[in-house]
Amino acid sequence: MGKQIVVIGAGVAGMEAAGQLAKFGYEVSLIEKEKSSGGHINNWYKLFPDRRNSSEVKEYLDSVISGKGIKMIAGTTIEKVTRGKNHFLLDTAGGEQLTADAVVIATGFDLFKSSRKEEYGYGIYDNVITSADLEDMFRKGSIKKADGSTPGKFGLVHCVGSRDEKVGNLYCSKLCCVTAVKQAIEIREHLSDSKVFCFYMDMRMGGAYYEELYREAQEVWGVNFIRGKVSEASESINKKLIVKVEDTLAGRPLKMELDMLVLMAGMEMSEGGKQISQMAGLNTGENRFFLPADHHFGSNKSNIKGIFYAGTCTAPMNITETISHARGAVSDVIDYLNNGVS
Amino acid sequence: MEKFGFTISKGRQIDYDVNDRSVAEYIYKGEPSFRICIECGCCSATCTTGNFTRFSLRELQILLKRGENEMVRTQIKKCMLCGKCTLVCPRGVNTRNVIMLAREAFQKTPTDAV
Repeated sequence: MGKQIVVIGAGVAGMEAAGQLAKFGYEVSLIEKEKSSGGHINNWYKLFPDRRNSSEVKEYLDSVISGKGIKMIAGTTIEKVTRGKNHFLLDTAGGEQLTADAVVIATGFDLFKSSRKEEYGYGIYDNVITSADLEDMFRKGSIKKADGSTPGKFGLVHCVGSRDEKVGNLYCSKLCCVTAVKQAIEIREHLSDSKVFCFYMDMRMGGAYYEELYREAQEVWGVNFIRGKVSEASESINKKLIVKVEDTLAGRPLKMELDMLVLMAGMEMSEGGKQISQMAGLNTGENRFFLPADHHFGSNKSNIKGIFYAGTCTAPMNITETISHARGAVSDVIDYLNNGVS
Repeated sequence: MEKFGFTISKGRQIDYDVNDRSVAEYIYKGEPSFRICIECGCCSATCTTGNFTRFSLRELQILLKRGENEMVRTQIKKCMLCGKCTLVCPRGVNTRNVIMLAREAFQKTPTDAV
């Protein structure tokens, strides 16, 4: 019998890792808490920076895991992790027990719950939505206010749940800036009469072709960028949203009426990941994500021999980085199983 | 009327929806590169005028975009059109033309209309 590997989480990282490991002849089980695979990618409309349809990446991932004998166990979670001498026993909520020579954790991230930033009024005012809600509107092809009318003036708030000690997240989620730029362009594409304002602290356009997309947003789509974090949103008597911000480049406070406010929710360690870290005794960092064994050359390794990390369960990553990171995990798993290197 | 030595301060808040951004719109039309400024401050750093007087093209252009025109109207006259700002701009904004167009727009509008 071949060596057995359990991959926890069938999002981008988990699917890539499972598929590549199966290609090398290992017996792979892929556990997913939702009913189907894909993770967050199922909720996105188009991807930055090239704005390809997200379903193309899902199709690729489906092809990676299909026809390789991967045992997909969806709709269940891991309840218990037991360490044997050279193997692990994993009990699922469905009552199944899996044996694993190695485990790949790919539990991903959760989006920051924007209602925690109460001053922005998510869940209080009708037309305050999140970046994820807007993706949903794009996918359905209809961007409407709560009363069914078409919004004309949009405000996009960067860093919601990121770089914010008040919510306990000191880190930058690093993808919200480019998401805002992408969504700003898409709003302008869908509604040619619209005006879009991005409220940012810094524009962190670190990925390949992100800066170019930012420039395109300004140059081609006339998106306005105002440097300053929105301090609060309120609602006027005529149901318009009013935001207050310091325009830090003008050195003056500014107020503006908007039809719709979109909150760029950051990334946090997933609840599923937290549970697994506790039941297996895996280290987490100050940012609550899993803490890899080494920041530079051991980012797929954990503090437990035989357990490896793939993707955004260790830090915010884009899809390109997630797929590369998952392949790195595959390499480490093989090194461990074949050569005992951990 | 009796003077008590008290005044009412004018608010410093930029009221975006009330402000008149016609000067900025005029520049956008004539010089589309006005849109791609990222407020780095290179233009102001190299500016001879700015080194000797209170004059920052970076600041003036953001004020125009917010419709805070009055200060710009007087300040923009200080520029000597040497064009160093255009040379150093990393974004390729034709800053010299931005100034020319701003002056043009202000000439077309009487003071009290802006």
